[in-house]
Amino acid sequence: MPIADSDVKWVTAPKIGLMEQLYLPAIFEGLQTTVRHTAKTLFGDGAVTQQYPEVEPKLPPNYRGVHRLNRDEQGRVKCVACYMCSTACPAHCIDIVAAPSPWPDREKYPETFVIDELRCIYCGMCEQACPVDAIELTTLYDLTGLSREELMFDKEKLLSVFDETVKAGTDPIRTRAGRLSVASELPVDVGLTNSSSAQS
Amino acid sequence: MATVYVNGKPVDIGNEKLNLIQAAQKAGVLIPHYCWHPALTVVASCRMCLVEVGERKPDGSVAMQPKVVPACQTPAKDGTIIVTNSAKAVFAQQQTLEGLLLNHPLDCPVCDKAGECLLQDYTYDFGRATSRMIDDKFAPPNKPNIGADIALFTDRCIKCSRCVRFTREISGTAELMFVARGEHEEIDIFPGEPCNNKLAGNVVDLCPVGALCSKDFLYKHRVWNLKTQKSVCADCSTGCSIWLDANKSIVYRLRPRYNPQAQGHFMCDDGRLGYHYVNSIERFLRPMARRDGRLTPLPWTEMVPAIRRAFQNAAQKEAASVVGVLSPFLTCEEAYLIAKFLKGLSNQVRLALGPVPIVGEDDTYPKDRHGRPIQPVKFTIRAEKCPNRRGVEEILRHFQGEIISFNDVVRDAAEGRVQAMYLAAGYPPRPGGWVSEMQAQMIQRVPLVVCHDLLPSPVSNFAHYVLPSASWAEKEGTFINHAGLAQALYWGAVPAGEIRTDGQVFLDLLERRGLLHAATLRKELAAEVPYFAPLAERDLGEYGILLEKKTAEAGVN
Repeated sequence: MPIADSDVKWVTAPKIGLMEQLYLPAIFEGLQTTVRHTAKTLFGDGAVTQQYPEVEPKLPPNYRGVHRLNRDEQGRVKCVACYMCSTACPAHCIDIVAAPSPWPDREKYPETFVIDELRCIYCGMCEQACPVDAIELTTLYDLTGLSREELMFDKEKLLSVFDETVKAGTDPIRTRAGRLSVASELPVDVGLTNSSSAQS
Repeated sequence: MATVYVNGKPVDIGNEKLNLIQAAQKAGVLIPHYCWHPALTVVASCRMCLVEVGERKPDGSVAMQPKVVPACQTPAKDGTIIVTNSAKAVFAQQQTLEGLLLNHPLDCPVCDKAGECLLQDYTYDFGRATSRMIDDKFAPPNKPNIGADIALFTDRCIKCSRCVRFTREISGTAELMFVARGEHEEIDIFPGEPCNNKLAGNVVDLCPVGALCSKDFLYKHRVWNLKTQKSVCADCSTGCSIWLDANKSIVYRLRPRYNPQAQGHFMCDDGRLGYHYVNSIERFLRPMARRDGRLTPLPWTEMVPAIRRAFQNAAQKEAASVVGVLSPFLTCEEAYLIAKFLKGLSNQVRLALGPVPIVGEDDTYPKDRHGRPIQPVKFTIRAEKCPNRRGVEEILRHFQGEIISFNDVVRDAAEGRVQAMYLAAGYPPRPGGWVSEMQAQMIQRVPLVVCHDLLPSPVSNFAHYVLPSASWAEKEGTFINHAGLAQALYWGAVPAGEIRTDGQVFLDLLERRGLLHAATLRKELAAEVPYFAPLAERDLGEYGILLEKKTAEAGVN
């Protein structure tokens, strides 16, 4: 259905007053954070910076890092090779070859599924486009390789990222070990509230 | 003169016999429909085209019918009023779509039709956003072997019966039918009698949803990634207008394009599935010259002057012993250019027509249950398996004056009367090949053979120069079909490797600058060869130009 005109709400940008036009209050507001961190480092209980790589940062679960391909309950690849991710991908980094699936409960599955991790811009459009929650971005960020070919992640590699993140307990917020997490379910009262439960 | 009012807008439909869908089309209004197809009988079973209909009386008063009626079944007459956007009509459309979607699995992500599916399009434009169905959907099992190239996804079917009517009315073979009733109604075949007639692939195009899918294209690609180009099927001399669907220069499928002058709405499976050689990895990819008995790659910049020099020398020695063989797979422009090059060496150079593949007899449809053709004929698959014999013959007639057959040339070659031979072949693979081993042995006696072809053949095994040819999907030009219909061909894929289109190579041989531009060459051809004169004035249009009738008229004048 096209969006009805009655469903569209038009808003105008708020007018900027004299104080905002000076920009000074905003600058001081920003400097407060700096001052607070400085005070904490000098007199308080420690620095806000971390000694990477000795200390690994703990990233929020909605961080968009290396992709993974989820498995279903039977350990098979969840992807149905619909090409939605590769269609949505603005960097054209996903290459899929589909084939009739070897399983009776599904018609199509990806014979090969390759993501060029160097070409990817980590925007997360692929996980938004996926109709079966098969592709996700994890919190893995330290991606290194000795050649370009090494960073062309194929289906097995992407499934191994799933196994790794499940073992490490660093699932992204959308799913938990391949099963949908609360974040991907519809809120009980259909509205735009209830975003706090997504963080749990 | 009849005037029809579509949503309040008067439209003159002349004296044509139209139904309300067609009348509304003239006014630019789409009445959604599934079961109705211009080439098939009307059943009015899908109920998608329900509209409000009324009549404007001669005294100006308006009388509307109390109920919505199917537009496909209602003839348009003078004063008919069609309303497609009233609350009643819109409600009917929404109700129909909700009903059609009740048991539809909504597996669009894995459905091959997604992107060109009428159920998707109409649901977006005319449907409700949500379903009120609370029961489980009825999901009958799929029938993957309903035909050699057709798979039936039974649960996606909306029972429009287009495929059933096609096999009964157009192919006549009547393999498909409905079994059971109501919600349990489904498409089926008689046990052991799959839908394997030569027109069977058309049911895939006719299916408005993803129920019938082509196994050749199944899961190969999503349709929105395909680039579509207007083209002409090169498999037989019917010259069906087609859409060529390719992505990244790989041809994925061919679909028929409506052309009343060529073939109508459909195409045969021989043509539909006969494109795979275009993507073949066995094709010649670079020009090669024979050095010490072995073919070695030679760049075009050296190859073209070498061939030009060799033929100039041969023509100087004895022009009558130089022969060009023009295959019926060349476009008219290519045939014209190579004829110009060879005749430009000397007027005594001989041009011959390449072998014309004939397989069996013309195959007409519809057929009865025993495979016997029935009148009137609705579709013909021609025995002559090449697209442009007429066009090449006309060019040969102009430059040579007569049609020299390939067999004559081969006999001359065997008797040692040929010193140089240019084979502009470009033949697709076919059982037996275009040239037999015996003919090849005779040609082997010619001291200079240029083989310009797609795939290895007995001739390319000994030819002195082997040039890669571009397939019909990769070049632009004109094909003349069996009835003298000139149709334009456009390139839908870029040839692989170092392949240049044949016409480009001929331009280079002629030492003419620039890239091949079919429309310009067509104009030149029309000015020089009277048969092609009607092609000079304009673009060939969507349906092409019939040359026979025009030239006959010109002859009378």
